[in-house]
Amino acid sequence: MKKILIVDDEPNIVMTLEYTFKKNNFEVFIARDGQEALEILKTQFPDVIILDIMMPLVDGFETLQQIRQNENLNHCKVIFLSAKNKESDIEKGLALGADAYLTKPFSLKKVVEQVHVLLA
Amino acid sequence: MNSIVLIAILVLYLGVLFYIAHWAEKKDNSKWTNNPYIYTLSLAVYCTAWTYYGSIGVAAESGLNYLPIYLGPVIIAPTWIIILRKIIRISRINKISSVADFISLRYGNSRFLGALVTVICLTGIIPYIALQLKAIAETFHIVSNTPIRTNIFEDNTTFIAIALALFASYYGTRYVDASEKRKGIVTAVALESVLKLVFFVIIGIYVTYSVFNGFGDIYEKASQLPDFVKRNTIGGLPQAINWGLLCVLSMFAIFLLPRQFQVAVIENNRENHINTAVWLFPLYLLIFNLFVYPIAWGGNILFEGQDVNSDAYSLLIPMHFKNVLLTALVFLGGFSAAISMIVVSSIGLATMVTNNVLIPYNFIGQLKGEEQTINSTRILNSRRIGIFSLIILAYFIYRFFGLDYSLVSIGLVAFVIIAQLAPAFFGALFWRRGSRLGAVWGIIIGFAVCIYTLLIPYALGASNAANSLISEGFMGMHLLKPFQLFGLDYLQPVPHALFWSLFFNFITYFGVSVSFKGNYRERNYAEMFVDINKYVTNHENAFIWKGTAYRNDIEKVLIRFLGEERTRRAMNIFNLKYNVDKNQELADARLIKFAENLLTGHIGTASARILIASVVKEEKITLPEVLKILEESKENIIINKKLTETSRELQELSAKLKDANDSLIQKDQQKDEFLDTVTHEIRTPITAIRAASEILIEDDEIPEELRKQFLQNIISESDRLNRLIDKVLDLEKFETGKQKINVSENRIMETIENAIEPLQQLLTNKQISIHVEGKENTKALFDEDRIFQVVTNLVSNAIKFCPEQDGLIVIAVHDKADFIEVQVRDNGKGITKGDFENIFDKFYQSTNQNFKKPIGSGLGLAICKQIIETHKGKIWATNGANGGACLNFTLPKK
Repeated sequence: MKKILIVDDEPNIVMTLEYTFKKNNFEVFIARDGQEALEILKTQFPDVIILDIMMPLVDGFETLQQIRQNENLNHCKVIFLSAKNKESDIEKGLALGADAYLTKPFSLKKVVEQVHVLLA
Repeated sequence: MNSIVLIAILVLYLGVLFYIAHWAEKKDNSKWTNNPYIYTLSLAVYCTAWTYYGSIGVAAESGLNYLPIYLGPVIIAPTWIIILRKIIRISRINKISSVADFISLRYGNSRFLGALVTVICLTGIIPYIALQLKAIAETFHIVSNTPIRTNIFEDNTTFIAIALALFASYYGTRYVDASEKRKGIVTAVALESVLKLVFFVIIGIYVTYSVFNGFGDIYEKASQLPDFVKRNTIGGLPQAINWGLLCVLSMFAIFLLPRQFQVAVIENNRENHINTAVWLFPLYLLIFNLFVYPIAWGGNILFEGQDVNSDAYSLLIPMHFKNVLLTALVFLGGFSAAISMIVVSSIGLATMVTNNVLIPYNFIGQLKGEEQTINSTRILNSRRIGIFSLIILAYFIYRFFGLDYSLVSIGLVAFVIIAQLAPAFFGALFWRRGSRLGAVWGIIIGFAVCIYTLLIPYALGASNAANSLISEGFMGMHLLKPFQLFGLDYLQPVPHALFWSLFFNFITYFGVSVSFKGNYRERNYAEMFVDINKYVTNHENAFIWKGTAYRNDIEKVLIRFLGEERTRRAMNIFNLKYNVDKNQELADARLIKFAENLLTGHIGTASARILIASVVKEEKITLPEVLKILEESKENIIINKKLTETSRELQELSAKLKDANDSLIQKDQQKDEFLDTVTHEIRTPITAIRAASEILIEDDEIPEELRKQFLQNIISESDRLNRLIDKVLDLEKFETGKQKINVSENRIMETIENAIEPLQQLLTNKQISIHVEGKENTKALFDEDRIFQVVTNLVSNAIKFCPEQDGLIVIAVHDKADFIEVQVRDNGKGITKGDFENIFDKFYQSTNQNFKKPIGSGLGLAICKQIIETHKGKIWATNGANGGACLNFTLPKK
């Protein structure tokens, strides 16, 4: 079973992603900000991470940078999922080493598809 | 006292003066020599032997009549701040070195006028110097108790005169440039001023308190003398006019006497020294005059019935009591008073003679084509010889003409002669129309009247009442009696002569100036003198000149007097100042003026002009042309000023624009950030709604419980969206000032209770206790709905900050004089210092929140701030004593 970590500070959004990926046979981990995510990543090595950018304490960009320094997470695919849809933000996200950048509001179907593409 | 001892004292004293002069010339000592006190004390060269001995004579003979000579300067002193400053400025800028130079330059570098002024000064001052020598000689003989020898080569005073002449000619001619400062001489003069005052005060105190028993005692004893009342009566209106005229006379003298012009103008280092002189100099005169009267009448009492010279009372009294030390001190004081006058006057006169007579009239050679060193030596030597021979000449005059008149009368004659320069001199300062012809004729006619009403009668013997000229008038015409000209019979000879001479002098100066226009040079300098303040920094610009001149030729002339090195430096300064290319061949008006200035200090204004004129080809300019150019240059100055102002305004404007632009950019950025944040805040609920809806529509197998949860989420996210929009609109209304508030007097405690009510459920859920403190009927002016909103926001905010257990919120209301203050405190972690200001910014979210994401929109505090500020209250954040956050706001009561 593939593992997925969802990092977002909006509980109602997390709830929909959690439901969808569980239905698609993922083991789902949830973090409500970057700090919590990094805590989880000390013990868990998910296949995919869905990462929001605007979060309190540690934001998505910084979280990704930390992830990329962790050798245990080399195989891990990271998808930014953010309401920031400016060209510059997308470029920055991809430059930092994200595998995909999806904008909010999103289509759950497309998020799942993207995850499958990355894992294929 | 033994005359050898006395000579030894004098030699010693002169040695000290030599040393002081030598010491003062050193640069290191300039802080001692360049100060307002030295300047003021040097002005006291005004007090000569005349003051020192003569005043006592006058006071003894005729009571208070000695006073006007000191009253005049005291009265005029306050005007120095304006007039003397102006004279100093003009002289400094034009490198003027004497009063003759001053007048000659103003009236178009007039050679004749310079020479005329010099002659006037010589006529007035040489007898005056003679008088000082006479005072020295006579007092010397009195103190040493020796007779005056008929053979001058056996008389000790001859050698004193020679020593003085050497001293003056050595220290008076240290520099070729006569406008340079003579620190040595000035410091020596200042020292002498101190000594003569101190010694005079000592003898005054001695006479008043040792010989007699105070002022009252002298007065009492004196009033018993037979003619006391007669001598001390001021004789009504005519006498008052006499007094007034003498005051006027001394006012002119303090400006025009060559020695006063020398120390007050030429030797002035800083204009600001005048500020001290204005009060200190009158004070000096006052102290000097304090003891004149007691010494005079003390002498009258002591020597009643004896035939003694009352001028010498200050010496005779200590000698009478065999007080040798005091006698010597008094003698030294008088000696100081005399020699400072002699030295300074002779320097001034010698400069005038060389620069205004000898050089311009080619008496000492053409000074053309010679080497600089030769020229300089020649100029210096002529001045040295000048000083030396002036003093010696004065000594001969004293020896051979006897000078039987009292000290005062010869001094006053000198004053009247010098006063003839007054119309031309003061006209130069204030009147543009004054012309060279007017000045020349005014001085000549005034001087002629002087000769007729004063010099001739005095030469004939004033006491000789039998003389037909004095008693009958010229050719028997009574209207022309020298002492009662045109029937004016109530003035004493000196005021009488002053009145008529100045009257005719002024009428002529005015009449001729108005009737005949001067040439363009006069008009040009008139402008520069009268409006000196406009031209202080770049007076060369104000100089008008047309013609062809080559820089090379001018430089060659300069080199002849300044030497290669100084010329090169001067030209560099000029090029820099006016931004002139050094390779430029032709010279312009500015360079002509600049060069004339450089030469003026060495050879006087008239010669400078002649010399420069000899190497350039000048074109005639008509007066109307000058006036036009002056007008233009005036306009130019105004335009320049306006341009500077405009450019400054432009700079200010551009700075303002830049500020505005910066703040616009900043506002733009803020707007961008605001939009970004709003977009994000709107997209977030939409995202949740969209995702939940997608599940609901796609997934039929969803459990009932979850289905309801998703629907519930959709509702709450929609509400959130709506709230957000409300708040944004609210904020926008406040920020643009569209939001009106309805202020009325309300009870704040009620409003607070009402605001807490809806939050009670949340507080209970989070187990937070809340306390409200304050007086029940505290009232303030506010819009109840809006403050309700503020309290709700602040309490919601506090709830966020409260710890998860034992949360506590305190709302405290303080009733102050003009306002009320409301505090909302929690017991959370508090606010980091950096956040104190920022938390009121839109969408600012503290970095120190103890929960993951603020429940609010990030607009709450920004709105609170807008509401409070619209109420004219203040809102701010601090940390409470317990470390928790504390948000405060005030509301006005009136």
